[in-house]
Amino acid sequence: MEISGVLSRRNMPDEIGGFDLSPGHSEEEAHVLAVDDSLVDRKVIERLLKISSCKVTAVDSGRRALQFLGLDEEKNSAGLDGLKVDLIITDYCMPGMTGYELLKKIKESSTFRETPVVIMSSENILTRIDRCLEEGAEDFIVKPVKLSDVKRLKDYMTREDRDGNEGRGINKRKLGEACDVSPSLSSSPPSISSSSSSWSAPSSPTSLDSPTRRLKTSTCD
Amino acid sequence: MDGVVQLQRQLLDYTTQLFQEGFLNDQFTQLQQLQDETNPDFVVEVVSLFFEDSERLLNELANTLDQQSIDFRKVDSHVHQLKGSSSSIGAQRVQNVCIAFRNFCDAQNTEGCLKCLQQVKNEYALVKNKLETLFQLEQQILAAGGSIPM
Repeated sequence: MEISGVLSRRNMPDEIGGFDLSPGHSEEEAHVLAVDDSLVDRKVIERLLKISSCKVTAVDSGRRALQFLGLDEEKNSAGLDGLKVDLIITDYCMPGMTGYELLKKIKESSTFRETPVVIMSSENILTRIDRCLEEGAEDFIVKPVKLSDVKRLKDYMTREDRDGNEGRGINKRKLGEACDVSPSLSSSPPSISSSSSSWSAPSSPTSLDSPTRRLKTSTCD
Repeated sequence: MDGVVQLQRQLLDYTTQLFQEGFLNDQFTQLQQLQDETNPDFVVEVVSLFFEDSERLLNELANTLDQQSIDFRKVDSHVHQLKGSSSSIGAQRVQNVCIAFRNFCDAQNTEGCLKCLQQVKNEYALVKNKLETLFQLEQQILAAGGSIPM
């Protein structure tokens, strides 16, 4: 239940001794690593997670996150046997290392590549969302983060043995008319839950037909 | 306990007004819902962090815009942070000015930026004042033995 005392957790002052765990739950409590350079946002996300019965470690940068996970090349902390991280939630826009770069580093590591990573961003930019999902992010939350967002995250944390994606839920993703989802998503079957495209039917006359198909039918010169 | 009831009414009316006038939005309500007996000061704590953060950013903005050659990317970065934190606590009007502010940054429009800086300082001062009043009302209710109505 407790993380090895070797690491110095970046605890928020009110974390110690405050939270009353329901009996029998302490060993099963999910542990979330939250990464955000904003002090206000760290405070909020920490509270949201705790109220959702998660243990939280909040850090202020991608670098610190990697250090915590033992993935930082310079400070290689060996002996992290007790370290259990069930979810990593990170802001996208951070100075130094962005959330996207952090995501890539996590996915490159053998220890943590299976750990679900969720990206948060104040900006609802489709290409940004796509890029993160393609890189293996579990979900993308548009800030400000609400309790309902965090409650959804609990699903990712309980399904520890799943290897693929049983229908990714995409939170607050505004698809609109043009769905830019690339068919080259690395590890998922073509079944994004809120998508309107149908990749497995190449002859389908949707607006997402491949460019070559469109050329054949529309240009004559 | 008539006094308490009156104070509670006052608090509710005041809060409603703040929402109606656009000073606060639903995100503030979200924060209030995260407060309970185990964390009775949560909202005050977050808002205090917001005040500190904002004051720092407003100072930085004043400095950055005061330079001979303005680094608009730096300005934008500060405004982005202010927009983020105001959004996280539901300070709608501050957030809105930040949006306009960023547009002026993109356009590298110094005058526009300076105007926005003044505006955002005003909006910040207003919401700070309102929130402090709100917290004072809450304290009065608690001191009189009442509880905060939600």
